[in-house]
Amino acid sequence: MTNALSIKNLSKTYKTGLTALNGVDLDIRRGEILALLGPNGAGKTTLISIVCGLVRPSTGTVTVEGNDIVQNYRQARQLIGLVPQELHTETFETVWATVSYSRGLFGKKPAPALIEQILRDLSLYDKKDTQIMALSGGMKRRVMIAKALAHEPRILFLDEPTAGVDVELRKDMWRLVKRLRDTGVTIILTTHYIEEAEEIADRVGVINKGRLLLVEDKAELMRKLGQKQLTLDLQEPLKALPGDLSNYALELTDGGQRITYHYDTQAKRTGIASLLAALSGAGITVKDLDTEQRSLEDIFVSLVVEENQ
Amino acid sequence: MNFEAVKSIYLFEMARMKRTLLQSVISPVLSTSLYFIVFGAAIGSRIETIDGIEYGAFIVPGLMMLTLLQNSISNASFGIYFPKFIGTIYELLSAPVSFLEIVLGYVGAAATKSLILGLIILATAHLFVPIEIRHPFWMLFFLVMTAVTFSLFGFIIGIWADNFEKLQLIPLLIITPLVFLGGSFYSIEMLPEFWQKVTLANPVLYLISGFRWSFYETADVGVGVSIGMIIFFLTICLAAVWWIFRTGYRLKT
Repeated sequence: MTNALSIKNLSKTYKTGLTALNGVDLDIRRGEILALLGPNGAGKTTLISIVCGLVRPSTGTVTVEGNDIVQNYRQARQLIGLVPQELHTETFETVWATVSYSRGLFGKKPAPALIEQILRDLSLYDKKDTQIMALSGGMKRRVMIAKALAHEPRILFLDEPTAGVDVELRKDMWRLVKRLRDTGVTIILTTHYIEEAEEIADRVGVINKGRLLLVEDKAELMRKLGQKQLTLDLQEPLKALPGDLSNYALELTDGGQRITYHYDTQAKRTGIASLLAALSGAGITVKDLDTEQRSLEDIFVSLVVEENQ
Repeated sequence: MNFEAVKSIYLFEMARMKRTLLQSVISPVLSTSLYFIVFGAAIGSRIETIDGIEYGAFIVPGLMMLTLLQNSISNASFGIYFPKFIGTIYELLSAPVSFLEIVLGYVGAAATKSLILGLIILATAHLFVPIEIRHPFWMLFFLVMTAVTFSLFGFIIGIWADNFEKLQLIPLLIITPLVFLGGSFYSIEMLPEFWQKVTLANPVLYLISGFRWSFYETADVGVGVSIGMIIFFLTICLAAVWWIFRTGYRLKT
């Protein structure tokens, strides 16, 4: 099966000398939702801009459903819809005119019924004759999505779709993304909200300083996230752990005041109950306890910090 | 060929023009009427005929050219500059369209509008002075070629300009003087010999001369030279536009 998108050794160095992308390889499967996570300036937008034809790559190739984005740019671009990060809208046009224009630009014959459906899905239909400048920021964002969907793309790029968007619209957006995925559209979104990636992505890629650090199934990532840490603050400091607790992988820290225990929430038995029983059996009194989960955020931060060092 | 895209761009641009109908039609018509009142009726009545043509009628082709040049450039330059300015150019660059299709859409719309304006000016002029058109085919040829060429030129300016000042600069500082000094209001025979020679370096002279010939069969330079020149200008503009899209000049990084 061909991938929806295949990126090979993609690099971009701007005239200013800034290397925005550095040897990125990435295959995106048909029908998946891929979230690209990364801090500002990581190269997310450059990556999208190259695929969509706004920026020329310095090296590397990109194929969309097997079509090279340079040689077969017509076929490649017809398959792609782009919602850029910035709100770029035709100030004086009506919603209907600008969305219909987008469809024509991509070579598709007018389809009023389809445009109507898209506008209804995005709660824009009652604004169809409104000039765009009279719309709120959130509504303009919806218009941009409608424009990107007007030519029925098979691959949709959403560059920071929920940056500066209120909670309601964000939820709407997530619903829309999932609905599109259900119709077989491949979706690539960039975000720096980790919860967004957690909420909707099938796979997550982490990008920093132009390098793709990791691409993994979200489920796999979540399994890694399943690792939890239990911290026990003790009433009396211990000099050493009693021998009968050696079965548990325990660490004694803070001058014997604190015991930490790692466990897997997905495992059949976490071992917490028996550990607590063993502790009390050994006459150790626990003052307080705390559990911590490693979040996607921690993984992300540690990856990015590592890279920056 | 993505005809749907050409059609979309063309209609989108024409719709934009419709919205600004008042300023884009009324103002050239008003200024042309003023020219006729001032130069045609007031001053013209004291000027003897040129090559047997009443002065008011003599200046009609020049005035049409003035409007045609100014409007072709401003329509086309603004048409492509505005998406750059507000950022919607991203859509054009990410669409499955070739440079040819983009140019056909934008330049086609800009040229159409200035053609319409040119014909409106002609109709307005008809109210003031008697006009005859001896060579309607060549009249239309010059009209269309000039509209297309200078719309292309405007398109190039729109791509080159990165602020509104630059957008106004060339029409204001170059085109208007060239039209006024290119024989819109006089025959170059009326100039001293030295200035006649200098005027021959003005490209607009050839357009006005050829255009006037199509009306009255009177010209400052041979009509063949005029036809050759307009084709030459068109070729230069096409080459420049081709280069812009090949290199992504001011469009792609």
